[in-house]
Amino acid sequence: MEIRVTAAGPGTERLWRDALGEGRLTLPFCEACGRAHFFPRVLCPHCGANAIVLRPASGRGTVHSTTTVRRRAEEGGDYNVALIDFAEGPRMMARVDGVAPAAVAIGMAVEAAIVTEDEAPLVVFRPVAEGA
Amino acid sequence: MVNPRLRGTAAIVGVGHGGIGAAPGRTAFDIVGDATHAALADCGLKLSDIDGVFAATMVNSMPAVNVVEYLGLRPRVTEGTNTGGSSFLAHLQWAALALDAGLCEVALITYGSNQKTGAGKFVSTSEIVPFEAPYKPRYPVSAYALAAARHMHEFGTTREHLAEVAVAARTWANLNPEACARGPLSIGDVLASRMVSDPLTVRDCCLVTDGAGAVIMTRADRARDFPKPPAYLLGVAAENWHRWVSSMPDLTTTAASRSGPRAMAMAGVGHADLDLVMLYDAFTITPIMFLEDLGFCPKGEGGRFVADGRLRHGGGFALNTNGGGLSCVHPGMYGLFLLIEAVRQLRGECGARQLDRPKLALCHGNGGHWSSQVTAILGTGETL
Repeated sequence: MEIRVTAAGPGTERLWRDALGEGRLTLPFCEACGRAHFFPRVLCPHCGANAIVLRPASGRGTVHSTTTVRRRAEEGGDYNVALIDFAEGPRMMARVDGVAPAAVAIGMAVEAAIVTEDEAPLVVFRPVAEGA
Repeated sequence: MVNPRLRGTAAIVGVGHGGIGAAPGRTAFDIVGDATHAALADCGLKLSDIDGVFAATMVNSMPAVNVVEYLGLRPRVTEGTNTGGSSFLAHLQWAALALDAGLCEVALITYGSNQKTGAGKFVSTSEIVPFEAPYKPRYPVSAYALAAARHMHEFGTTREHLAEVAVAARTWANLNPEACARGPLSIGDVLASRMVSDPLTVRDCCLVTDGAGAVIMTRADRARDFPKPPAYLLGVAAENWHRWVSSMPDLTTTAASRSGPRAMAMAGVGHADLDLVMLYDAFTITPIMFLEDLGFCPKGEGGRFVADGRLRHGGGFALNTNGGGLSCVHPGMYGLFLLIEAVRQLRGECGARQLDRPKLALCHGNGGHWSSQVTAILGTGETL
């Protein structure tokens, strides 16, 4: 299902968050040039057209870069911060769960999941199981 | 596009520092006052001569306006563009334009922060970043760590290469009595220090200090009337492609790849002409990527370029001769200190670390998360 961004209604970021809150991960696409972008905007950063629709994202991605942020154990311990390239092209900052922070590697195939954190929906990624 | 019209039309005639390292009991504006007083004394001008103010800070919404009030000025030009640590190199461009257009006669460019003693820790007015904050990157280090990790993956850059940048900076700092971090530092020390955001340790990160700087600029036609040799602005160019690291188009190539060639073309100089290179070293990865983007070595070769120790004092490549943000001073935004060291080197005022009669210096400032890139070329009178 596509969600069309109109001049009169809410902006792309709000619509993207609303869809996420309903359990749907989407990406903004430009109907003029066909390219996806992230973070969500009301005009296409590639071609300038304002014909933006939100389409369901594949959720498939690849780790483009990764860092382990060091934190004292009593404060929760080390955690991962990564940049993920969606199969559709755009990049987002996220976290890879389900594996130790130091085991997250550039080039790793990951898939998105929506979790609830700080009372808000949050996109995280998990390694794609081998053979999946 | 290269616009050579401004080449050599303005010059830095006075420079000054204030509160370098720690300024307990003094506000950020107090040490801006100290630095401005020093810069005016350096060139023999009076406070009331300043009729253009160019300033940025990390904590004020209208920093240039605050500086005007503190100094009791009534300038004709007040300019407060904040592009992060590169702001003050961008201010050079705006000041040169304003001077050339006759909008002002004496421009002050200034910055100060008491982030070490005043706040107790790194502070910033930066907003919450909606698409990054939930993942808790440690700003700014994680933004640079993500690029460093990618650079290592793509090009085989090693943690030892990164560490070499910190070690080289220390060899220069050890010759600079104003540098905040002096003493021995080895590659092993850097590698063994506390990891902050992999692959960057605390020794791969710049210092957190107090400090202020001030630069006085006039048109070139009156610059020869001052007591010290002027440093002419021969080239300057700014480029900006993104704000936050998740929107950085390419994690291993910055907009310095455009600002550098434009500034050098405006100045009409090549790499071999440069006697001094001042690169914003917020983290050890930044000079490595800027050496590549500015054309001192091919893309991807920055780690191997620095590995032979050439950046160390006596190594043959004069980089960050004050000790840089890694070992000299880093009060939140560092760009102005690149310019002050370059002017002092061009004048021959640098004591034990003085280069042999340098004529041309390249200064490169970085702002945000690899975001705003500004390159400036300064030269002595014989380079005009």
